[in-house]
Amino acid sequence: MTSLPHATNKKLGLVIDLDTCVGCHACATNCKQWNTGGHMAPLTDKNPYAKDPDGVWFNRVHSFEVKRGKTNPGLTVNFPRSCLHCENAACVTVCPTGASYKRVEDGIVLVNTNKCIGCKLCSWACPYGAREYDEDEGVMKKCTLCIDRIYNETLDPEDRKPACVLTCPAGARHFGDLADPDSDVSKLVANRAGRPLMPELGYKPTNSYLPPRARRVDGNDIGAENKLEAVSPRRGFLSWVDNMLSR
Amino acid sequence: MHPAFSVIFFTTTSGAGYGLLALLGIFGAAGIIPSERWFGLTGLAVALGFIGVGLLSSTFHLGHPERAWRALTQWRSSWLAREGVLAVLTFIPAGLLAIGWVFFETTSGFWGVMGIIAAILAWLTVVATSMIYRSLVTIFQWANFWTLPGYLMLSIMTGALMLGAIVMIFDHGNRVIQGTVILSIAVAWVLKYVYWQYIATHKSLATPSSAIAVDGAKITPLDPPHNSANYLMKEMGYVVARKHAEKLRAISHITLFALPLVLSVGVYFTSGPVAIIAAVVAMLSSWLGVAVERWLFFAEAKHTVTLYYGAQSV
Repeated sequence: MTSLPHATNKKLGLVIDLDTCVGCHACATNCKQWNTGGHMAPLTDKNPYAKDPDGVWFNRVHSFEVKRGKTNPGLTVNFPRSCLHCENAACVTVCPTGASYKRVEDGIVLVNTNKCIGCKLCSWACPYGAREYDEDEGVMKKCTLCIDRIYNETLDPEDRKPACVLTCPAGARHFGDLADPDSDVSKLVANRAGRPLMPELGYKPTNSYLPPRARRVDGNDIGAENKLEAVSPRRGFLSWVDNMLSR
Repeated sequence: MHPAFSVIFFTTTSGAGYGLLALLGIFGAAGIIPSERWFGLTGLAVALGFIGVGLLSSTFHLGHPERAWRALTQWRSSWLAREGVLAVLTFIPAGLLAIGWVFFETTSGFWGVMGIIAAILAWLTVVATSMIYRSLVTIFQWANFWTLPGYLMLSIMTGALMLGAIVMIFDHGNRVIQGTVILSIAVAWVLKYVYWQYIATHKSLATPSSAIAVDGAKITPLDPPHNSANYLMKEMGYVVARKHAEKLRAISHITLFALPLVLSVGVYFTSGPVAIIAAVVAMLSSWLGVAVERWLFFAEAKHTVTLYYGAQSV
């Protein structure tokens, strides 16, 4: 059924730190590597070695230049974009076949590719561009929050996290239950004023983005003098030289 | 948005078909058009033919057309599924109307009730089609009040022009039908004009700032996430027709509204072969016009995902 559950037991999702993301694309690459053999496999590529490669990815890393007026310095923001596993996931409700669904137990949004007719309407309904169409298979594909890792008992407990989170060398990606106010991810969101994307559209995304911290612009911001004063030594050889030369 | 040919063909042909079916049902029940066999057979065959061809073509853009039947299952939440269910249901009263009209040459009593039910279901199907677009808050140019009346009225108008041509060919022309044609063109023209004014003067609340959750005076792409166009850019970032929007709107104004209106007024005051030709040309012109209008409806739609690819507003 493509009606949304009234509530989910958990809200599993990601918290992405835009302050520490270095824009290395490791999350996107490891996502592709894991998922092309995972639940949604394959993530088809067209012309992978030719002039215009095109393929299905669940994670795309953008970089933006943010101008903030004359007094604030500009920012470079690296921005990983993937499925936000929204509470109000219109991609699910628009699906005419029941292929798209949101799980009651953890809030993960998935596609059953055996039921998908490839009408693409779910991708139109997603504001964030999380869903990508697989032309080869004629079905829609999307991030599974690595459902085949996070519950996978053949993996070591510390490896039961989404591939993008595990691989991030900057520690910019965090995975957890955002319905639990005591979880590490919920605390991060609370402490760092985490924000949802395009909240005005009403999708209530589960994933949250931590905005860049305030930049240190000049010496005052770290308690240093703004200008260096000329130093006059009071004792010793340098003081004697200073005195002699000052005559 | 990328205007898939099959979707444009489907929404315009089945729209005109449903418009014609609804008017045949209502005017038949009201006794305004004769319950004559060959006229009924022609009118209903054209209406159901357009609907059928349109519905069939809508499956061509699917990745798995053989699974299309599944699209009828999720009517509780999905307007696309509701459209499918209503489209299938409409065939029942429409088929019964056809039996009464063609075999018993009557459109009154039970058969007339079937005509009215067919008309209501036909209009509801078109409303469901429009709601598929109206309900997508990702596309501001669709998620507004004017989408639904625009779709419904263009369906009625293109259907009325077809009915106008068929009654002239069968020499059953009358003032009520010709008046309906003229009125429907006038109302549809106003609605479409208001729609174009609305999307020119309003825009989505979503901004590059809200899209990436970082405040800034101006946010521009620095490094692209991929070095050739992907599905999102091809499907949502379609901009080919947008730069010709003014010209295409002018073509739409002339072929969809102005020319059919002038010709229909001409039909109202003339008769004989001249009126038949005018009614047919008005109908053909509206087909070209509505295809251009539907193309624009897609091409002028700006999806929020383009905010990630350099759009400053949507």
